[in-house]
Amino acid sequence: MSDKLIQGRTGPWEIVMGLEIHAQVASKAKLFSGAAVGFGAGPNEQVSLVDAGFPGMLPTLNRFCVEQAVRSGLGLRAKINLKSQFDRKNYFYPDLPTGYQISQLYHPIVGEGVVEVEREDGTFFEVGIERLHLEQDAGKLIHDLSPTESYVDLNRAGTALMEIVSKPDLRTPEEAVAYVKKIRTILIYLGTCDGDMEKGNLRADVNVSVRRPGEPFGTRCEIKNVNSFRFIAQAINYEARRQIEILEDGGSIVQETRLFDPGKGETRSMRSKEEAHDYRYFPDPDLLPLELEQAWIDEIKASLPELPDEKRRRFMSQYGLSQYDAGVLISEQAKADYFEEAAKGRDAKLVANWVTNEVSARLAAAGKDFAENPLPAAHVAQLVELIENGTISSKIAKEVFDHVWNGEGSPAEVVEKHGLKQVTDAGAIEKAVDEIIAANPDKAAAVAEKPQAIGWFVGQVMKATGGKANPAAVNDILKAKLGL
Amino acid sequence: MTDLTKLTLKAAVDGLKARDFSSEEITRAFLANIEAANPRLNAYVVQTSDKALDMARAADARLAKGEGGPLEGAPLGIKDLFCTDGVQTTAGSNMLRGFVPPYESTVTANLWRDGAVMLGKLNMDEFAMGSSNETSAFGPVVNPWKSGASNADLTPGGSSGGSAAAVAGDLCLAATASDTGGSIRQPAAFTGTVGVKPTYGRASRFGMVAFASSLDQAGPITKTVEDAALMLRSMCSFDPKDSTSLDVETPDWTQSLGKSVKGLRIGIPKEYVVDGMPAEQMELWEKGQAWLREAGAEIVEISLPHTKYALPAYYIIAPAEASSNLARYDGMRFGHRAADAKSLTDLYETTRAEGFGKEVQRRLTIGAYVLSAGFYDAYYVRALKVRRRIAEDFDNVWGKVDAILTPSTPSAAFAIGDRQIDPVTMYLNDVFTVTANLAGLPGVSVPAGLDKGGLPLGLQVIGKALDEATVFQVASALEDAAGFVAKPEKWW
Repeated sequence: MSDKLIQGRTGPWEIVMGLEIHAQVASKAKLFSGAAVGFGAGPNEQVSLVDAGFPGMLPTLNRFCVEQAVRSGLGLRAKINLKSQFDRKNYFYPDLPTGYQISQLYHPIVGEGVVEVEREDGTFFEVGIERLHLEQDAGKLIHDLSPTESYVDLNRAGTALMEIVSKPDLRTPEEAVAYVKKIRTILIYLGTCDGDMEKGNLRADVNVSVRRPGEPFGTRCEIKNVNSFRFIAQAINYEARRQIEILEDGGSIVQETRLFDPGKGETRSMRSKEEAHDYRYFPDPDLLPLELEQAWIDEIKASLPELPDEKRRRFMSQYGLSQYDAGVLISEQAKADYFEEAAKGRDAKLVANWVTNEVSARLAAAGKDFAENPLPAAHVAQLVELIENGTISSKIAKEVFDHVWNGEGSPAEVVEKHGLKQVTDAGAIEKAVDEIIAANPDKAAAVAEKPQAIGWFVGQVMKATGGKANPAAVNDILKAKLGL
Repeated sequence: MTDLTKLTLKAAVDGLKARDFSSEEITRAFLANIEAANPRLNAYVVQTSDKALDMARAADARLAKGEGGPLEGAPLGIKDLFCTDGVQTTAGSNMLRGFVPPYESTVTANLWRDGAVMLGKLNMDEFAMGSSNETSAFGPVVNPWKSGASNADLTPGGSSGGSAAAVAGDLCLAATASDTGGSIRQPAAFTGTVGVKPTYGRASRFGMVAFASSLDQAGPITKTVEDAALMLRSMCSFDPKDSTSLDVETPDWTQSLGKSVKGLRIGIPKEYVVDGMPAEQMELWEKGQAWLREAGAEIVEISLPHTKYALPAYYIIAPAEASSNLARYDGMRFGHRAADAKSLTDLYETTRAEGFGKEVQRRLTIGAYVLSAGFYDAYYVRALKVRRRIAEDFDNVWGKVDAILTPSTPSAAFAIGDRQIDPVTMYLNDVFTVTANLAGLPGVSVPAGLDKGGLPLGLQVIGKALDEATVFQVASALEDAAGFVAKPEKWW
């Protein structure tokens, strides 16, 4: 598909990407110590002697984190490895108290899987999952508290992360973003990661290379720690352009790790392959191989919630929604739940419109998501009911919604209070029609020549009735009176 | 009155229970011995006299009420590898000089639970890396034994040299020790004491400063096999804080003592005959076989064909794990920190160059090397394969024999400074003991005779995993037959 290619000076190029997503496991305790996990605690308040690497301290595996990893693996339709193992990745840094990170290099807990992702245009593509493994997060260095010293906060040290490694199946920045969004949605559905990117609870490293269409993979660069959807797209665009320029100038790409600078919108070199650490991975002798029972995995599988893909398909068949509407609704679990609650016994398409348009827009303007939605789903349901039974027109419904959103009560109460009930009384409408025709004889005559000019009369009638006239009735009466 | 410090642990515990003497009395007797001897023997690096007397008085109060655990009131020495709450723990290293842990190791906590009294912390090779106690940052321990007419100071072996010397020199009733490649059994053999390394996983490693996690195991050094059985029982427990701890019952091994070895099959591995082993050591080994045969056991020649690869494999695996385990000593949170470092890298390098001694640095370098990209498969992975073969060697003979008898060491104690020139010669001390660590098996060294200079020699019994009972049974038979009663002549 040519729209996947980008044009260089010398011809088209294709970007090839694979992502490593680091998702913090939703867990009250760390991966190998009983220390609490939380956001907002004071520096070094959530650190055990194990986390701080004191002599003689030993890691003990938190089974809940294992369960979360298995749950995530199942949600990614991936193979769960009944036997996995923890390895030590050795390097020195002040945020790494033991001098090694416990990770899973050789035998990850989750193997290959596949994720279906929807593009903006409604088409789907699949992304292969290479593996998911458990590992510890590091602490945090704070450089801005003192001009001469750096401080270490170990609260995050030892927190459980899932690293989800994709195959190099992504071809455009949009695909990469859609993939991360999809992974995030799945994990939130599963309850295995809160997906909060602002807090760094979900972040991505992007491997980018470029090639001429049909040629083998090029040399890749890894861009570290890209923390928002916008930055992912920016970083990839910049990096792809950078690589293409080098190649078109006859140069070659140096395999290296690069850092994205959100301020400048650029990537810059962090360390080259030659400078890359030798992590001296080896199996952690403090931990036994992790062996899981198939029965336990089956139990977890049986307890999985409905996942986004299933939910989208069900919304389409059960509610007759379009793929697009269903996709928008399932993108956030709270939004899907909200929709289903409001749609009970109502016109589901109409409810879907209200949820995806008005409600979503208001929440976005307020900087909230559906989990924080102040508007009860019952109000949306009632609003739609009022439209369905002809009490209000769709147009008036928008006005009703404004009042309801502003906290003036339920839609029925608002309609009552503001007298917004639709006028269906033919006499009242006829009176208004007669007055307008009488006041505008020339326009009435013109309608005979140009029947679509009736729209002007409809507008005038609605204006005269404060928008409350039943539009169908207005149309019928106008047509009769104007002889159409 | 008898010298209380010459009692065995068992006799002391019985005497305390019978109220023949108080814990405070025997504790004071040991404190006096330590006071007098330590300047010469250098066995203790920390003396916790006040704490010892407090613990002793508390034990006496319990004993007076007819209460108390199996070790109630018994004064012990603790190898400085075990973290002790509020008491400096250094693992024999400048890196941890002044480090006072705010926590207690599981092994020592078990001992205090059972009523034992802590006399102090015992000297050791730095981070347990050594076979002579000469790598300690606190100076070498001197063996209470002397050879013949020579006045040369001998090493007590290592790394639990302080533990072995303290027990041999009556500076405690018994001592904790740890064994990664022979660090309990070799010093026990060098000092005429009994040393037991239990099955890997019997004793918790929680709070024990790590050397090589997959090999480290705590155990006692005592005056008799019975004492060892008594003390080991208190030390062992299932500990959820150590993932490699075994969830098994800890039996009462004193039940195995004195039990006839009639019908037991004892394996004699032909590969344990090494070049340069003194004739006396060979003769003692043969004597040990004769004693057991006379007691009704069947002596069976066996082959453990991969034995010769054990030492090289050990000296890859142990340093590899150590290189990672000791990375935490970086000057950031505790222990030594270099002054005036110019950069982060400089801080790491200087801290570790100043904090670690030469032998530790050598092993960390070896460890980092064998794990590095390009060498990992050739060294580390290969060593793990050898380790599996060695374990299989043992598995293959357990159908034919119930326990294995070997010499504990290739020689008797040597003089301080004698083997410092060549580290490999030093490493050869572990040749008979490392196999049990690699295979995770229990092993005991029993004093069985003297060489012509009058120095003690030990015999080792290796058993099946979790079958300490048979090991104690055989060790007890050897002890009875050998009638080893020699004590070093007091010169200190």
